[in-house]
Amino acid sequence: MSYGPAQVIPFEIDVSSIARRSVASLYSHLITRPTGRALRLGIESQLVELNASCLSVLDFTQVVVLDYSCADEAVAKLVQRYIRSDRPADVYFVARGLGEQHREPIEAVLDRHGLALAAEVEAAGYVLLGMATPAEQATWLALEMARSAAPAQLAARLELTASELTPVLDALCDRRVALRQARDRYVALSSLLDTRH
Amino acid sequence: MKLVALPASLDERTFDTVVRGLEGDPAERRLFDASHVRWADPYGMIGLLAAGTVAARGAERPILRLPESPEVGSYLARMGFFDAGANVFEIHGTRVRPRGEGPSDVLLEITAIHSHADVHAIVDLVNQRGMAILTRQLGYPLREAFQFSVVLSEVCQNIIEHAESGGWVATQTYTWTRRLRRRVVIIAVMDLGIGFQASLASTHATRYGTRWSDAAALEAAFLHGQTRFHDPGRGQGLQQIRKLVGRWNGRVSIRSGSARIADVPDWDDSPPLEERVPFLPGSQIGIILPARADHEPTPPDAARKAELE
Repeated sequence: MSYGPAQVIPFEIDVSSIARRSVASLYSHLITRPTGRALRLGIESQLVELNASCLSVLDFTQVVVLDYSCADEAVAKLVQRYIRSDRPADVYFVARGLGEQHREPIEAVLDRHGLALAAEVEAAGYVLLGMATPAEQATWLALEMARSAAPAQLAARLELTASELTPVLDALCDRRVALRQARDRYVALSSLLDTRH
Repeated sequence: MKLVALPASLDERTFDTVVRGLEGDPAERRLFDASHVRWADPYGMIGLLAAGTVAARGAERPILRLPESPEVGSYLARMGFFDAGANVFEIHGTRVRPRGEGPSDVLLEITAIHSHADVHAIVDLVNQRGMAILTRQLGYPLREAFQFSVVLSEVCQNIIEHAESGGWVATQTYTWTRRLRRRVVIIAVMDLGIGFQASLASTHATRYGTRWSDAAALEAAFLHGQTRFHDPGRGQGLQQIRKLVGRWNGRVSIRSGSARIADVPDWDDSPPLEERVPFLPGSQIGIILPARADHEPTPPDAARKAELE
């Protein structure tokens, strides 16, 4: 069994600024596939430069309009690339600053590809977007509330045994929406963001 | 010369009449007679451009006889019809200047789409001038008004991604006094490209065998989200448009080749699927979004009552 990286560096990306830079300051909204593609390539380029295990924060605070085509290229295909075993770097993603107008397209494109993404949504806090089983959703939420926990601790909250819960936690780690830091210790991605301040 | 008498109401409901005017010898010049047109919406206007463009492919540039109604002539001018049609038609009749100084109630004049940059420009423009119209006249919360931009973006990208051709878009608000007793937004997006049947043929025709047709292709794309791309991320645009339009109790239709498919709300009585409609290449998309039922609209400027339904 492999564990997550010993130290994860939080790394914040303002997606609206990347889009402006990648698309030569032409567009004020995140729409169309070429924009999404340029945005993804910009993010990937920054991640390669960082050259470290990283929790990448995708900040949508300044984004007014996000369409499905752009979300598919910029978010779904980005998450998809880094979930694969041949990913170019050890990167986890969290979305932040999502309003309802962002949530819907992001959730739709994640669903379409069978992906999941931790996200901080306006008036809802941290939620797991995209495709997840009810067990994964409940486990992810319990870990989010605990921030860091051993399976036995979470199992008690969910009225399961640790041996029943561990495979679910491992699945969440494989989907890169949670992190296993030690043999018996799992952490919520959002908890890693607090260390940066 | 073949005379094509345009109906008094130039909109989606009468569009097949216009297309039928293209039947017969394609080498025969057409005269589109709009003299009795009393009402036109974006679908009717762009549809006329599309029909004229097809007529010009096989014969001398068609003639367009302008409407006698100064209100309709003014409205056509305000929507940019004469600029867009300058190279399509030989225009006969007196052009009326648009009334009013600015396009304050026009969401989007007839605009050509050739690239993704055009889509960005369209969405920027609609966001600049359209939010007040959508929120005050139709009662959409701001968040939903921004989703209108998403619909517009996706429907325009459909042309670039699938048509292998340029196209046009236009959108405008109206008061449908008789039909719905509410204000509506009408979006029309059309191209004369390869159409849905040809676009999907390489990946889906074999499976359908002899049943492959314009109607089958529309069902595959519209109902099942299928595209010619193998990427599962493709094909979402139309599905999400349907979802958003359905949430607003709106109507969305796609006409391609000789078939038309639609999501029909309870206030409309058109059939969900029509086959053997008069053939027109490419695809023609119409979207109608009604104001929220509980909304009391801000009265539109009296000078802009082009709503002659």
